[in-house]
Amino acid sequence: MAEPLIRMQNIRKSYGRVQALEDANFHVNEREIVGLLGDNGAGKSTLIKVLSGAVPLTSGDIFIRGKRVNLRSTSDAIAQGIETIYQDSALVTQLSIARNLFLGREPIKPPRFLNRMDQDAMNVVARDLLKQVGISKNIPPTTPIGSLSGGERQAVAIARAMHFDSDLIILDEPTNNLGVAETQGVLSFVRNARDSGHSCIFIAHNIHHVFQVVDRIVVMRRGKVVADDIDPKKTSVAEVERIITGMSDKEIRDAIADGKPSH
Amino acid sequence: MCRAQPFHSCRGLLVENRSLIQRLIARPEFGPFVLLVVEIAVFWGFNHDFLSPQNISNTLAFTVELGLIALAMTLLMTSGEFDLSVGSLFGFSPVLMWTLFNSGLTSLEVGFVAALLVAAFIGLVNGWFVTQLKIPSFLVTLGMLLVVRGTALFVTDGFPQRTWSAEGSWLAEALVGDFFIGPFRIYMSLFWFIAAAIALGYVLTQSRTGNWIQAAGGNPSAARARGVNVSGVKIGLFVLSSVMASLAGVISSLRTSAANPNSGTGYELEVIAMVVIGGTALTGGRGTIIGTVLGILILRVMRNGIVLIGVPGLAYNIFIGAIILGMMALHSWLERRHQAGT
Repeated sequence: MAEPLIRMQNIRKSYGRVQALEDANFHVNEREIVGLLGDNGAGKSTLIKVLSGAVPLTSGDIFIRGKRVNLRSTSDAIAQGIETIYQDSALVTQLSIARNLFLGREPIKPPRFLNRMDQDAMNVVARDLLKQVGISKNIPPTTPIGSLSGGERQAVAIARAMHFDSDLIILDEPTNNLGVAETQGVLSFVRNARDSGHSCIFIAHNIHHVFQVVDRIVVMRRGKVVADDIDPKKTSVAEVERIITGMSDKEIRDAIADGKPSH
Repeated sequence: MCRAQPFHSCRGLLVENRSLIQRLIARPEFGPFVLLVVEIAVFWGFNHDFLSPQNISNTLAFTVELGLIALAMTLLMTSGEFDLSVGSLFGFSPVLMWTLFNSGLTSLEVGFVAALLVAAFIGLVNGWFVTQLKIPSFLVTLGMLLVVRGTALFVTDGFPQRTWSAEGSWLAEALVGDFFIGPFRIYMSLFWFIAAAIALGYVLTQSRTGNWIQAAGGNPSAARARGVNVSGVKIGLFVLSSVMASLAGVISSLRTSAANPNSGTGYELEVIAMVVIGGTALTGGRGTIIGTVLGILILRVMRNGIVLIGVPGLAYNIFIGAIILGMMALHSWLERRHQAGT
């Protein structure tokens, strides 16, 4: 079998006495959208933070295309092609779309010692990327991020990850606080990213959003991966919810009879 | 057309179609510009001497000295930090230069370079405390203000330093040499100020470093995640701020042939006022050199004008305070409009 894009093996992470991850095993294949689900405190965020270099792991190994890597910082992860998009923290609201897209990797106009950004080139690429990701071409790339909607901001962040050839784009709650139309927009950006050869990890509380877009669902519970090969086409939402909560059928029926929600 | 594309924003279209005048008004520099024009017109209306060559020359001479500090402070504040120690360095650096010179240890030029190097080191310490120990710049630079001012007073016993007439020294000629253009007496420092404004305006708006400065102030964690060396950028700007304050102090000292350990007291707040009046955000992320130049002129013209029309000089702060409050209200209104995308 071909080596997956990302393989995380026996990952442990403890914060003092609290064991956030216990021998978690996780993988993402090439050109695949993986939905990562789990209740609050299940370890999703910690797993993602480890993978994005934001927190060091206590023990375990991470492989990219079979090669073991050491992710000590977010820049390490970005250099390895892993881009994490958090809902609000990924962009600088005061800067324009184009300046955000190229932040840290601005093209320079010759002569280089003048350190002058090639803003025309940045705008041309930005316009093209916005179109590619599926956003309206009516938004000029010089528009500050602050005046974009939540969905448009996600689009810019995804466009940036695509442009800089991130192999894996991690989306943490990308549909939070978005309206119906905006959510559909973001889901289509994610599909476009996959179709152009990128893999994604999609984390969302809204399980229905996850079902609409992912190829495979992974469920975590109490720091462990408890199911990693759920096919959303062959599995019902209710079944996945059962796996997330760890309740048996009878327990769920009892909970519903008592008037308590099952998750 | 727009309604048919619910997800696709129509806002961009509006922005592009907006008329030139509307775009001009929406710029953060527009308010300060109008204020400056009104101010000049009012003072000139009261007293026509206000625009006399002699008065303009006098106002400009001191304006550029504080202005040099304000230019550097603009970049520092855009990166989300500020520096309260600039006023004390303005007083300390000339004291150090003249002390080295008077004691026969160095020539005036070497003393000047030594003063700048010490200032750079102080900026480095400020930057290191802020970025590595994560202490707010308000506290770090307040502490540094006291250390530097205290050193200047201690070294001199609180007395002004003896200053040789620096005439004939190439350093004095290059920094404060004066000449006449028609009836206007122009000091060389004006050219240094213009050069600094152009250079720093270029850095902020055109260069890659400028993008990093704005990102460091706007969203440091996002900037860091993109590999921007946020700490490096901030430390560099603290060094710049200190060096510019030191240079301004030396220029002022050479021009007036005085080195008083108390000079520059309170300048830090006046400089910060100049920067925020011009439209740079106190919280970082957005800065404008053109706005700062306007802010510098607004405050200096005010100081000069109210004396000229006979308002007691002691009332100066009332006007400055009112200008700050008024401009902050305007900037916050513009910012809200901007956020709303209208």
